[in-house]
Amino acid sequence: MDYLNEPFAQHALLAATLVAIMCGLIGPFVIMRRMAFAVHGTSELAFTGAAAGLLLGGHPVGGAFVGALVVAGLIGALGSRERERDASIGVILAFGLGLGVLLLSFYKGFSTQATNILFGNIFGVSGGQLALLMVVGVAVCLTMLVIYRPLLFASLDPEVARAKGLPMALLSGVFLVILALTVTEAAQVVGTLLVLSLAITPAAAAHRLTVQPLMLTVLSVVFALTASVGGLLLSLTFDTIKPTVFITGISFGIYLIAYLSTLRRK
Amino acid sequence: MTDLTVRLHSASLKLGGRTLWKNLNLNIAPGEFVAVLGPNGSGKSSFIKTLLGLHMPTAGQVHILGGTPEKARAHIGYIPQQKAFDRDIPLTGRDLVALGVTGTRWFAQFTKPADAKRITAAIHRVGASRYADKPLGQLSGGEQQRLRIAQAMAAEPQLLLCDEPLLSLDITSQQQVAALINDQRKLGTAIVFVTHEINPILPMVDRILYLVGGKWAIGTPAEVLTTERLTKLYGAPVEVLNVHGRILVVASNEHALTEPHDAYHHHVVHDEEHA
Repeated sequence: MDYLNEPFAQHALLAATLVAIMCGLIGPFVIMRRMAFAVHGTSELAFTGAAAGLLLGGHPVGGAFVGALVVAGLIGALGSRERERDASIGVILAFGLGLGVLLLSFYKGFSTQATNILFGNIFGVSGGQLALLMVVGVAVCLTMLVIYRPLLFASLDPEVARAKGLPMALLSGVFLVILALTVTEAAQVVGTLLVLSLAITPAAAAHRLTVQPLMLTVLSVVFALTASVGGLLLSLTFDTIKPTVFITGISFGIYLIAYLSTLRRK
Repeated sequence: MTDLTVRLHSASLKLGGRTLWKNLNLNIAPGEFVAVLGPNGSGKSSFIKTLLGLHMPTAGQVHILGGTPEKARAHIGYIPQQKAFDRDIPLTGRDLVALGVTGTRWFAQFTKPADAKRITAAIHRVGASRYADKPLGQLSGGEQQRLRIAQAMAAEPQLLLCDEPLLSLDITSQQQVAALINDQRKLGTAIVFVTHEINPILPMVDRILYLVGGKWAIGTPAEVLTTERLTKLYGAPVEVLNVHGRILVVASNEHALTEPHDAYHHHVVHDEEHA
């Protein structure tokens, strides 16, 4: 734990906290809007973006942001209905991932860079990258606060929300962008392959325990923070194991406890 | 005449190249109960969507409370078709009602005490206090629809638009929900009620708007639901039967013109056979 005085560990802790709050906030809406597959799709393609960024000039984080945003735009443009959306995500994901592999085969740098994108390397975040993550993260959280109630209305009771004049297309669009940005940030901590462990699992665990939207959001954030920060601290203690392992482990553990403790009620 | 709740002046609506209704003139006064009837696809739901400002009339004017539907939105309540919520939807009954009051507000904030009071009062008025704090997805269709009425009424609308609110409810719930909607007129709220089955609400209705294939008829039930009037409207021989105080609209070839899944109709016919 002596590491906690080191800048690299403090940066990592800050990033992990921010990412957990973002994921905890969007998780319940991902479940309500049935967008788990969209989360997976955008994160896989953040990988393609990161590979492109790496190849073009050593900017994996910037590339990942661009990649995720392009995919969010495509998902928004291709399908608004749920079934259509899932199919189009599948199509884009498969092609995009192939493209990522191709891009990576041109890359002559360290091969660990590729695994870092896939499985996360929070300790490698530089000061400049951290500043970018903080700015985007704070913007996402503020936006979520602004649209919280209308997004809840639009997600759970769309027919009446539309009748009340809420801008449904705008809300879906904004949420897709928020999702893409969050997924990209989370990928820095747990890697593009394991984003779901922060963006879905905590909210899914919270969903087992409560039906109240506000409590759902609070629990989801608390669970995501526990997994993210807890996993990071554990990996500082056992420094041969990547934080990703601990984060996904804690996250799954929380879900398992929530699942088992409500098994009889459901 | 700004004290009218709804004013349609030679309004027409075309959707996908098809004229749903043409040159429609209709004034609805505060506290009035207007039923909208007609076969499937005759533009009943589109009529409600026009009053909500979701469809623009292709010709003529639609005024609500003296202005455009968009401007009047805060004063319009909407009850959609009864469709069961997902069993695990993360909402309690009270949360659903609350969305009707606070769901359109930007910037997260805690519910104000005055709003909480309105929400509780609306739940009380529809008799849903006992189960309002239970998970919404585990309530019955009738209970969910009562909460829908509370959701619409909590915002104290001057116009209540109901799109087939009794569909798929059992007969007892149908009567209770219809009576509850009718109760809202005491507050001066005008009601537009789309239905394919007039009988559960027949005693409450002031006027009927009957839409058929681009044409329409307006009047009291006694004026509109006659063999002559509907035969003219359908452009085909139609008979209006009064069976034990229930109205049946039947084509001369003895096929009911109301939809085949019209449970009430079958019920009445069934009773007849045993009479």
